[in-house]
Amino acid sequence: MAWFKKTKETKTDKKVKTQEGLWVKCDSCKEIIYKKEIDRNLKVCPKCNYHFRIRARDRLKLLIDEGSATELDSDLMSGDPLDFKDITPYKERLKENQKKSGLHESAISVDALIEGHAVSLVIMDFSFMGGSMGSVVGEKVSRAAEQALEKKQPLIIVSSSGGARMQEGIFSLMQMAKTSAAIGRLKDNGIPYISVLCDPTFGGVTASFAMLGDIIIAEPKSLIGFAGPRVIEQTIKQQLPEDFQRAEFLLEHGLIDIVVNRKDLKRTLARLIEFLS
Amino acid sequence: MIRYYLEFEKPIEELELKIEELRRISNGKDIDISSEIKKLEKKVRDIRSEIFSTLTPWQKTLIARHPDRPYTLDYINLITDDFIELHGDRRFSDDKAIVGGLAKINNITVVIIGHQKGRGTKERIQRNFGQPHPEGYRKALRLMKLAERFKRPIITFIDTPGAYPGIGAEERGQAEAIAVNLMEMSRIRTPIISIVIGEGGSGGALALGVADRIFMLEYSIYSVISPEGCAAILWKKNGDLSYEDFSRAASALRLTAQDLISFKIIDGIIPEPLGGAHRDPEWMAKKILENILTAVEELKTKTPGKLIEERYRRLRRTGSFEEMK
Ligand SMILES: [Zn+2]
Repeated sequence: MAWFKKTKETKTDKKVKTQEGLWVKCDSCKEIIYKKEIDRNLKVCPKCNYHFRIRARDRLKLLIDEGSATELDSDLMSGDPLDFKDITPYKERLKENQKKSGLHESAISVDALIEGHAVSLVIMDFSFMGGSMGSVVGEKVSRAAEQALEKKQPLIIVSSSGGARMQEGIFSLMQMAKTSAAIGRLKDNGIPYISVLCDPTFGGVTASFAMLGDIIIAEPKSLIGFAGPRVIEQTIKQQLPEDFQRAEFLLEHGLIDIVVNRKDLKRTLARLIEFLS
Repeated sequence: MIRYYLEFEKPIEELELKIEELRRISNGKDIDISSEIKKLEKKVRDIRSEIFSTLTPWQKTLIARHPDRPYTLDYINLITDDFIELHGDRRFSDDKAIVGGLAKINNITVVIIGHQKGRGTKERIQRNFGQPHPEGYRKALRLMKLAERFKRPIITFIDTPGAYPGIGAEERGQAEAIAVNLMEMSRIRTPIISIVIGEGGSGGALALGVADRIFMLEYSIYSVISPEGCAAILWKKNGDLSYEDFSRAASALRLTAQDLISFKIIDGIIPEPLGGAHRDPEWMAKKILENILTAVEELKTKTPGKLIEERYRRLRRTGSFEEMK
């Protein structure tokens, strides 16, 4: 599950480097585009509508009413239950990522307003260890669900993740069950849960809370799946079609409700909340 | 009977072959070499208990995957007085990598569900090496709902390398099937008992493993990723990884039954016969049955409401973090 994170992490690093320059190569259509043009366009490729990965805090600004957010559980810090050492010890890897990203973990959780509607909102950040889910992400998601239940307000989770966090071993696996159980309690109580899938969403995140939305939305062209494309290619020993595991492919196969452009996401969420509450 | 020996069991293999040879020679002849055989048998026992008392996590992984290891249907045969296998997810097909059905154990009706690996090339392919597709998980959930409606306890046997990574599996919603099982199992209003009998491979294992009581056989494993997958991520050598790398990864992942009980993720370890479950499946099945019956007895006193509340609390507790207030 966690294989995705490392490869993609280095890819992101590379991209960040090119982005420091004036020009950016689109991941999808491979066109070279003026960076300012992409930034003006909410980090969406003007040529092919590929939605570049964006940071959790930038995403937050796009989605909520200005100044309405209260961050929750920002002081949760991951333990190192396995005393895991690869090339870098896990504790150090966390510190590096915290410094690099300005985040404590790969998800932020807030209480906020979307067009005046109070919501519990969790946003994942792929640039922090590939958005992987360890104990802290699992706890934030579960607490957000419990808070949504308590306050009787909708839960919205914006996912972007390579899956479970290998460095926390069985503890990260168990977060899948924990978060799914917390979402289950919303279903019994008529609290809407809207799941937004962004590029990429895989493994233990897709196979838990991300696919449990009452409504599931995806950003255009996002890669979404259980197993990563490389693992599948190695298993079946054939190349995958170009559109495989893209948001549009999932829509075609009946796995998600709608594909929504980033510029329309906030309005769509507000409309859905109005329909459901 | 042709036995399959793992690399580290070679000293045992040599001695056991020698014993067989001696038996053949002495058979029908006058010479009495029974004392010689007895001596060798003791030696085998000693060597085996020495080897098995110091198994590494990687060696345990190999035992958990041993081709002679009993699978779900073997245990079903050994522990049930009656069993009817039920098939299909009512949507797409019948996934043979997961089996399930109604059973009687000690006069109690239960629903038993488990991953099923195949024995021999043909069956292995048929059962997709115990790697389920979404239909398998949906069949499992259908049977769990059946158990819930008729108020019967659910027993699950976990033994899979993982959910299958393939095109059809993705098209039909592998992730959704697993996610729905996790959510639904957390609130099924009947007791659930899970036993990891071999490999507990990631989300594909967990999708049968949300339970009120979780046991692992002594040499079984349970992990978020296989040692091979972990090693490939950590020490990318373009596929040029050695057993040493896998061994290091297996140790780092803390995937043994002994690790999981120390983490309080499971409730108990069921001891295996010396040499592993495949050395004495009848004995192993008896131990498994004892644990199931004790757990059923304990859980049947709880109301459905209390059961799912405790199951939820158990899940909510899992995690390792600090609150830096
Ligand atoms: Zn483009």
